[in-house]
Amino acid sequence: MERNRTLREQHGLGNGGASRRRRLGGSSALNNYLLRHAQTLIYALGQLSRRPFATLMTVAVIGIALAMPAGLHVMLKNVQSVLSGWDSAAQISLFLQKDATESSALALATQLEQRSEIASVDYISAEQAMSEFQRLSGFGDALKALEENPLPAVLVIHPALQQQGPEQLQRLVEELRGEAKVDLAQLDMQWVKRLYGLMDIGRRGVWVLASLLALAVLLVVGNTIRLAIQNRRDEIVITKLIGGTDAFIRRPFLYTGFWYGLLGGVIAFVMVEASLWVLAGPVNNLAGLYNSSFHLAGVDLDTAGALLLGGLSLGLCGSWLAVGRHLREIEPT
Amino acid sequence: MIRFNHVSKRYPGGYEALHDVSYHLAAGEMAFLTGHSGAGKSTLLKLIALIERPSGGQVIVNGQNLSKLGRRKIPFHRRNIGVIFQDHRLLFDRTVFDNVALPLIIAGYSHHEIGRRVRAALDKVGLLGKEKLYPITLSGGEQQRVGIARAVVNKPPLVLADEPTGNLDPELSREIMGIFEAFNRVGVSVLIASHDHALIRSMPYRVLGLDHGKLAGDGFWGRDNGA
Repeated sequence: MERNRTLREQHGLGNGGASRRRRLGGSSALNNYLLRHAQTLIYALGQLSRRPFATLMTVAVIGIALAMPAGLHVMLKNVQSVLSGWDSAAQISLFLQKDATESSALALATQLEQRSEIASVDYISAEQAMSEFQRLSGFGDALKALEENPLPAVLVIHPALQQQGPEQLQRLVEELRGEAKVDLAQLDMQWVKRLYGLMDIGRRGVWVLASLLALAVLLVVGNTIRLAIQNRRDEIVITKLIGGTDAFIRRPFLYTGFWYGLLGGVIAFVMVEASLWVLAGPVNNLAGLYNSSFHLAGVDLDTAGALLLGGLSLGLCGSWLAVGRHLREIEPT
Repeated sequence: MIRFNHVSKRYPGGYEALHDVSYHLAAGEMAFLTGHSGAGKSTLLKLIALIERPSGGQVIVNGQNLSKLGRRKIPFHRRNIGVIFQDHRLLFDRTVFDNVALPLIIAGYSHHEIGRRVRAALDKVGLLGKEKLYPITLSGGEQQRVGIARAVVNKPPLVLADEPTGNLDPELSREIMGIFEAFNRVGVSVLIASHDHALIRSMPYRVLGLDHGKLAGDGFWGRDNGA
C-alpha cells in the first residue's frame, strides 16, 4: 500500500488535488460553492434558451395565470381610489316639516353648523326645491298647475371629513332624526355601502382566483419539469453512477423552475401593464364625462414585487415537487 | 481493496445471480473476472459500486462495509470507484471534454483544476486532440477510451470495467488493456469483467472464474503466472 502511494505520486496520480482542496480556506470553498450555483443558474437559463418556442409557451401559460389575479387586483385598487374620492360626498338630507318657517330652518342650520361633526349646512327652501325640480324633472308646466308646493324645505348636511365612517354617519343620522323640526333624515350613502360590499366580494374573489391559478402554475411547472426529468433520464443515471448526489442532480431542475416562474412573473407584469395601457384611453374619456381628473394607476411596486416573487417561488415549489417525486425513481441498473 | 464474504444475490422473482462468493482483491492488484454470460459478472461489479445490494454476506470495499453505507453516502462511495461500461454510457449532447469533466464538476473542483485534469486524463488515453468533438463522431474504440478517461479523471483507487473490449477488435482490445495496465502500474486496483478468454490468457493477471453464480476458479491463466 505504502509503495503504491509513492508510485502514484511519482506518476502524478496521487490525491494531490484532494489535499489541495482541503487546504483551501473556508471563504474560498464558499466562493467555489456560490460560483457553482451561479453557473448552474446560468446553465439552466441557457438550456431554456436553446428551445425558445417551448420555453415561451410554458412561460406564457404561467404569465397568463399570474396576470389574471394581478390584473384584477390592480383594477380593484383603481376602483377603490375612485371611491375614496366619492367617500367625502356622503351627505345627509334633512327634510323639514311642512310648517317649519324659513327663519326657524335657518336657525336650525346655524345651530347644526356649530357641531363639530358637521362641516357645513346648505339650506334649500321649498321654493328653490320646486324650481330645481321643475328645471330637472321635465314636468315644468304640469307642476305649475299644482295649487301649492308639495315639496318641503331641505337642509343638506355635509359631515366633517373625519366623521365619514359608516357607523359614525349612522349615529349622526339618528341624532338628527330626533330634531323637532325634522320630518325625515336620509343618508345618501346606501349606494356607497353597496359598492363597498361589492368591492369586498371582489377582493375575496382575487384571493380565490389567485389560489386556484397558483395551483395551476404549480402543476404547469411541475409537469414541465417532470417531462424534462424524463428527457434527461440517461444523464441522471450516468450522473448517479459517477457519484452525483441528489442535490447536484436536483439543482439544474430547480433553477429551471426558478426561471420559468420568474419569466412568467415578468410576462404577467407586461400583460397587466399592456392591458392598462389599452384601457387608459376609454377610462380617461369616461372620467372626463364625470368631470373627474381620474387616471388609471399602473402596477405599483408592491404588486410588481409580489408578482415576480410569487412567480419565482411558485416555479421553485413546482419543480421541487416534481423533482422530489421523480428523481428517486431513476436509479442506475 | 475488495473483500467478498459469502456474498449471495437473489433478484426478486427468485433468480440467484451469485451464490456464496468469497474472494479478496488486494490494493494495487489487477484481476479479471470471467464466466459465461449470465454467470454473475455484472452483478458482482454492481455490488461493488452499490448499484445493487447483496441479499446475503458482506461486501467490504476500501475498508468500508457497504451494508453499513446509507443511501445518502452512496454517491461519495462511487466517487472512489471508476466504472467503465460496455456501452460507454457517454452523454451525446456534450463534448468529449465535458463528458470527462463530469466527475470533477460533481466533486466540486475549480475551473482551472478541471481543465488541467481532463487534459491529463485525455492524454493518457490518447485523445488529447479530440476534446472539442462530440462522442457521436468518434469510433467505438475512441468512445470507450472517453469512458475510461472519465472513470479515471478523478484518480480513484479502484477501477471496475464491465466488458470494456466487448465490441472491439483484438488489436484495439490490446490497446485498451494497455491503458488499464498503465493505471495498475501506478497503484490503481483494477477489476475487469470479460469473456474474451484469448485476451485474458495473453495477460499475466489473476482470474476469478464465475459459473452459474458460484466462484469456480481463482488463479492465473496467463503466460507469466503473475511472477
